[in-house]
Amino acid sequence: MMLTQFLVLAAALFAMGVYGLLVRRNIVLILLSVELMLNAVNINLVAFEAYLVTPEAIGQIFAIFVITVAAAEVGIGLAIVLMIFRNRKSANVDDLSLMRW
Amino acid sequence: MTFADWISQPVNWVFLIISVAVLVSGFRVVTSKNLVHAALFLVGALAGTAGLFLLLSAEFVAWVLVLVYIGAVVVLFLFGIMITRAPTGFDEGLDADHKAMPAILAAGVFLMMAWSSVDAFGAELISSTGSPTSTELIGESLLGRFVIPFEVVSFVLLAALIGGITIARRDLTPLEEEERGAV
Amino acid sequence: MVSAVFKLALIAAEEGEHVEVRAGDGGFWADTAGIMLVLPVIAFLVILVVGKRMKYKGGEIAVAALAINLVWASALFILNATGGVIDQTTFEIGRIGSGLVFELGWLVDGLSILMFWLVNFVGLLVFIYALGYMHGDRRVDWFFAAFSLFAGAMLILVGAPNLIQLIIGWEGVGLASYFLIGFYWEDLANVKAGNKAFMVNKLADVGLVLGAILVGVALGTWDFGAIDLAAFAGNAELAAVAGVGGLLLFIGAMGKSAQFPFHIWLPDAMAGPTPVSALMHAATMVTAGIYLMARLFPLFEYMASNVRTIMIVIGTITLFGVGLLAIVANDIKKVLAYSTVSQLGYMMTALAAGGYTAGLFHLFTHAAFKALLFLCAGSVIHAVHSNNMSDMGGLRKYTPTTFWTWIVGALALSGIGLSGFWSKDEILGTLSQSGYEAVMWISVAGAFVTAFYMARATFLTFFGTYKGEGEPHESPKIMTVPLVILAVPSALMGVLNIPGLTYGRVQNFTEWLSVRLVPMGDHHAETIDWGLAIIGLAAALLGVLVGYVIYFKDAETQLERDSFEVPLLFPLLRKKYYIDDLALGIVGLFTGPFARFVNWTNTYVIDSIPNAIGGSVKALGGFVYGILDQKGVDGVFNGLSAATDGAGSVVRKWQTGRVQQYAASFVAGALILVALFVFVI
Repeated sequence: MMLTQFLVLAAALFAMGVYGLLVRRNIVLILLSVELMLNAVNINLVAFEAYLVTPEAIGQIFAIFVITVAAAEVGIGLAIVLMIFRNRKSANVDDLSLMRW
Repeated sequence: MTFADWISQPVNWVFLIISVAVLVSGFRVVTSKNLVHAALFLVGALAGTAGLFLLLSAEFVAWVLVLVYIGAVVVLFLFGIMITRAPTGFDEGLDADHKAMPAILAAGVFLMMAWSSVDAFGAELISSTGSPTSTELIGESLLGRFVIPFEVVSFVLLAALIGGITIARRDLTPLEEEERGAV
Repeated sequence: MVSAVFKLALIAAEEGEHVEVRAGDGGFWADTAGIMLVLPVIAFLVILVVGKRMKYKGGEIAVAALAINLVWASALFILNATGGVIDQTTFEIGRIGSGLVFELGWLVDGLSILMFWLVNFVGLLVFIYALGYMHGDRRVDWFFAAFSLFAGAMLILVGAPNLIQLIIGWEGVGLASYFLIGFYWEDLANVKAGNKAFMVNKLADVGLVLGAILVGVALGTWDFGAIDLAAFAGNAELAAVAGVGGLLLFIGAMGKSAQFPFHIWLPDAMAGPTPVSALMHAATMVTAGIYLMARLFPLFEYMASNVRTIMIVIGTITLFGVGLLAIVANDIKKVLAYSTVSQLGYMMTALAAGGYTAGLFHLFTHAAFKALLFLCAGSVIHAVHSNNMSDMGGLRKYTPTTFWTWIVGALALSGIGLSGFWSKDEILGTLSQSGYEAVMWISVAGAFVTAFYMARATFLTFFGTYKGEGEPHESPKIMTVPLVILAVPSALMGVLNIPGLTYGRVQNFTEWLSVRLVPMGDHHAETIDWGLAIIGLAAALLGVLVGYVIYFKDAETQLERDSFEVPLLFPLLRKKYYIDDLALGIVGLFTGPFARFVNWTNTYVIDSIPNAIGGSVKALGGFVYGILDQKGVDGVFNGLSAATDGAGSVVRKWQTGRVQQYAASFVAGALILVALFVFVI
């Protein structure tokens, strides 16, 4: 197995996540795309760990941390989405454009 | 190493199949017109990722991924979808109108990252396949060298917990206030 | 300062050049005669200053001036009557080169002494009359000032030793006439009458001035004595210009003395107050033309004989044609005005025919009775408050003094018995003696016409029933006394010149008049021609009779008087032969387009420069303001703010408030930075 195949895969996933982030209208789907991006990062980290084989398995530890933080972030994010939905009766990100000129 | 050599290793077949699945799932996550389908395709992507982790001798991470991500996060997502009364069926207005720019940017990101990766690492090989990373090692590492980040992350989780509750708490209506007070 | 001319004459006499200077030099009175010329002018200035505050508004000063003048005039008259006076005093004013000399001063000889006396005597009576007539009227002080100015100018004219001073006096009386005709200038018609008089006179004055220049330049002097001597002696230079010069001078005389066709101003001049009409337009100013002809009589007698033919023709047309116009006039003053023009025609005809004495004698008698008639008319107008005879009638009962003095004047004018009879008879005699038989018969016809229209006027005014309201009253004594005084010479002046009759040392009028530097060579009768006398008298009586038949009977019975009409003739007369319309039309041809041309020139040519300057300054101001300031200076600042504004409005659109757009910006920026690091650095 080559290292680059994992890196390229991760890059592709990351790019897809970026695309989804910029294109999707529903806030939940935007968060979904963010998860995709974080997932790609995880792949990168683990691939590098497998390549470098550090004594403490740094890559994997970091991947765990990323997962944890992602989970926390999703919790908060969805709570915010809930509040937005309560106030604005809509989960469409285009409706949240008050902070404009 | 030529492609013929590479494809002759059975590991790479597996890799190929799993990566195709992941890519397709990931693609469908961002392009699906159905909200729930998108969430479910994320599940597929995450599962495939877990499989890749196994290939990379990161069993513990793979399992954590499945447990936390798929088991909790995606469920949370589904709850969020349901609570925000998103239409569960086919929804046309899910994507923005102008997709060209994001596509270009995404392509640009991919190209840049891919190129720099290839340019940096070329044909480097991952050598340690087959020997699993012991959980003991990870445990020792987490509570040894990385104990402070470990504690901090637990604070983060706590903050997220409290924050989530606080943000999403519903204020009592005057009627309910009266009831509570009377009681 | 005795003039050089007089010395010249004396020398000529001593050398036996057929010049009889059988006169004295008048002594003190002649030397100081200039005071008569100056005093009324001083009175004019004084009245202007203090007249308003006086009881009679300056009339006292005017009367006083003429009264003092009368002293000198009387003294000179006596001296002339008893021995003759010829004297000249002049002061040199200027000089052209070595030849022509401008002198002012006074000439005292038979003619001028008699004129002095006429102007001062009649003038004094009219002034006294005017004190009463003008009492309570408006601007009385200006009236007496202008009247005094007139008297002074007339005296300057009459006492002029040369053509230049005569012209000065001529213009002076024209000016005073303008002031006084337009005295009641509140009425536009009066102003127009004054303008008409002035303009017609000015037109004729062209001839006067040209003639004077011609004679003066040809002879080298303007002095009357020199002209007389040159004419008498047959001077070659003078003879060369005598024809044209004489004609031009005659044209000038036509204007002042209202000969046809320059007569049109005189009837309109009746718009002035009646004393003005009495003095200026009957006795004195209009006689200035006759006086000029008389003064230059040697020139016409000895040299410009062919001009005299023209003079006779014009004079005859005037005396008959204009006389007819008096028949259809309703305004009593207009009747007298036309009558004046007609009588001036008589005078001019007489002079033209060589009747120096005849013409001048008629001038004097006319002055007396015409002034009297005008003053009576003024009295009547004063009583009735209207000029028109159709508002009068039966005034004989109400104004007896005026009536009887009027009768005296009318008889005199008609040539029945009183002074007018003798002077008209003299004219007829001169005409027949000079061989102008046709003219003589026309004059006889003119006498008929004169009597006719005077009868008409008399009957319409004083007989019949009064057509107005209430009772008219007689004029106050201050007005009736001059009437009575004037009636005396009107009646009796004839005796001064009965042919062949002289009164010892005082001689007679003819002799008084003939005291000139050269003999006049006129024809005057030595005996009464009874044939002519009877013809003239008969014509006049016939006129009265016809007038009686037509107007007296009608006046008593009919309510609508003055209905006698001769078809074709009367309408033509009422239109005054269309001469006025012709004159106005010719003037109108010029004034309209000319005035418009002048206005155009003024607006577009003369005003164009200030307009252009103003316009360009305005444009410059507009440019500085609009372009330099508004667009230039302000533009810079406005532009800056607009640019800022524009930039802002472009940039702020980046803040769409849409998160995904912000995210896209992040990604793009990150991409670029990374690319930078990877590929460049």
